[in-house]
Amino acid sequence: MGALLVAATVLVAAWRRSDAREVTALTRFGLLTLLVGVLPAYVLMRVGAEWIASKEGFGDNDPDWIGVGYTTADLGAILILVSLVLGGIGLRQLRRGARERLVIGRIVGAITLILLAGYAVAVWAMSATPGG
Amino acid sequence: MDWHDWLLFLHVGSVFVFGMALVAFWGAVIAGLRPAGGDPEALALTIARPANVLVAVGSIGSLAFGVWLAIDLDEYHPWDGWIVASLVLWAVAVGVGGLAARAFQSALGREAAEASVLRQRGTLFQTASTLAYVAILVLMIFKPGA
Repeated sequence: MGALLVAATVLVAAWRRSDAREVTALTRFGLLTLLVGVLPAYVLMRVGAEWIASKEGFGDNDPDWIGVGYTTADLGAILILVSLVLGGIGLRQLRRGARERLVIGRIVGAITLILLAGYAVAVWAMSATPGG
Repeated sequence: MDWHDWLLFLHVGSVFVFGMALVAFWGAVIAGLRPAGGDPEALALTIARPANVLVAVGSIGSLAFGVWLAIDLDEYHPWDGWIVASLVLWAVAVGVGGLAARAFQSALGREAAEASVLRQRGTLFQTASTLAYVAILVLMIFKPGA
């Protein structure tokens, strides 16, 4: 979530800037953060979650809050994948010298905000354990 | 969901926010070190701005709701060893984190050599703050002696 916050902050900041050089720097940093920060953190979270879930031995009778965790994690994986693909295209465009406001950066920025909201729900489910 | 569940959520949620802010500060440190084509200081400040708000909310929330939980729950007490150790580590994490912020702010606009020394000092404080935070997490998860 910290890496997502960094990516979201710089990508949203890029929307609001007019200087092309600044927009490029912010977009590039945001897209790179997704690749080197968000993706490894997601893998670590998913492996850790599966590990603790199997250790607790819920089996097929998962409580509701674990269901919320799985749903947000799986939907999050799809959104992260989409962001990474778009981010890769965006980085390639930046390398080619695109200096205009990147639409891809805006789309990825919006996705990171959705992911942050989704994971906030997951934190609520994991800590408050509704139906647990 | 009863009152304790909400209190636990507010505590754990605050701890998450605190952690998010720490990771974001590392993002700012990295952004300041590795210019991505623009002004590295401006990029670092852009990232640090929301993190400054989150670290205040997360650190105060985690402390306040944590102590409240310890008082409210019969099985834990604020004077339990692992809770006292966590409180000390919380003070270290916040205090040293503040020193890191001051060092990075002092580096802004200074000459390269001087700024480099201040940034190194800031990174050292930031590392200490992060380690203290991780130690708190370990204590909270394993609750030694509880």
